[in-house]
Amino acid sequence: MKLNERSVAHYATCDSPADHAGFLRKRVERHHHHAHHHGTSYQRRWFVLKGNLLFYFEERESREPVGLVVLEGCTVELCEAAEEFAFAIRFDDAGARAYVLVADGQAAMEAWVKALSRASFDYMRLVVRELEKQLEEACKSLAACRGSPQRSSSSGRKRHLSNPALLPLQGKPTTLENGYSTWGSGGCVAGGATCSDYDGGQMKPPPLPPRRRSGAGGTTGSPAPGLSPTMLESPVSPETICFSKLHNWYGQEIAVLRRQWQERQERQKRGHP
Amino acid sequence: PRVPAVLKKRLVKLVVNFLFYFRTDEAEPIGALLLEHCRITKEEENVFSISFIEEPERKYCFECATEEQCQEWVEALRRASYEFLRRSLIFYRNEIQKMTGKDPLEQYGISEEARFQLGAHRQ
Repeated sequence: MKLNERSVAHYATCDSPADHAGFLRKRVERHHHHAHHHGTSYQRRWFVLKGNLLFYFEERESREPVGLVVLEGCTVELCEAAEEFAFAIRFDDAGARAYVLVADGQAAMEAWVKALSRASFDYMRLVVRELEKQLEEACKSLAACRGSPQRSSSSGRKRHLSNPALLPLQGKPTTLENGYSTWGSGGCVAGGATCSDYDGGQMKPPPLPPRRRSGAGGTTGSPAPGLSPTMLESPVSPETICFSKLHNWYGQEIAVLRRQWQERQERQKRGHP
Repeated sequence: PRVPAVLKKRLVKLVVNFLFYFRTDEAEPIGALLLEHCRITKEEENVFSISFIEEPERKYCFECATEEQCQEWVEALRRASYEFLRRSLIFYRNEIQKMTGKDPLEQYGISEEARFQLGAHRQ
């Protein structure tokens, strides 16, 4: 399966800060056809966590990762291995292999488990949605208190809530798309809109990534908010195959979003009678 | 959406920060694009492109059935990166903190994490 490898490697090695990094020993999984397994061996690798992607390199200075684990649909747990400070990344998809990793010490192990268990895109999205609601509520109660539309003190600029574009927070003129234009600027910029503009007490939260809208092949031309019927008819869970294929690249397996995908589909079925 | 230049029809699925593409009658994807450090550009009617920071001239072009669909895709893809989510989180956190004086991340036990700090050099 093709992947934009160059971009992925670039993302892995560029100087955007990693969420966590360090040496870990990775258990080597051998696919023997033999009945006996002659001991387990581990390889020391340099691991770098960026977002929901765990890269590993042969050496700290390597220019390209040798592996990638997509941290979706997985759990991170301590495991009882012969090794001390071992933990495992296990996937909801029973068919996907687990990764057993060994840290240098107790503190390192705990830090890794904590970082990895909160690394998924889904987790971030959950937190962002929650904060979005909290902000909406805070704005509402503020508007109710003041009784009339006002600009908040957060900025002197009028911003439209319906504008989904990324806005600079501190007056920086750069626009952002997926972190593209602010490369190296190091400033903090905002995603979404502020609630500075009350516009008569009305407030529309900025739209978040539409989880449902994976673009089912564009079979219908209509902008229906839910899934088109053809997508729901798909017999196979898309992520199983998508991420399995991704994992095979670099010879690794990839997490599967199967349960979450199905849960989402269930919710949609319920929500769109 | 279709991929022109040789105008191949593809089924495209956005799953977290990956864009998978399939031949329309197949269950397994033939490829994927990681959507980090990329730019989504609206091109001519019904068309958008994705390009990456280290290779800006190289564009992956997609032609949609309608202009409306195209706009939906552009919006969805611009929000599809983990980095976008992270920035949104930092933004909301800051706004809530300013308005209420409280750090909303404390309840999650993640308020100290470097990746969520306002001053962090984030992309």
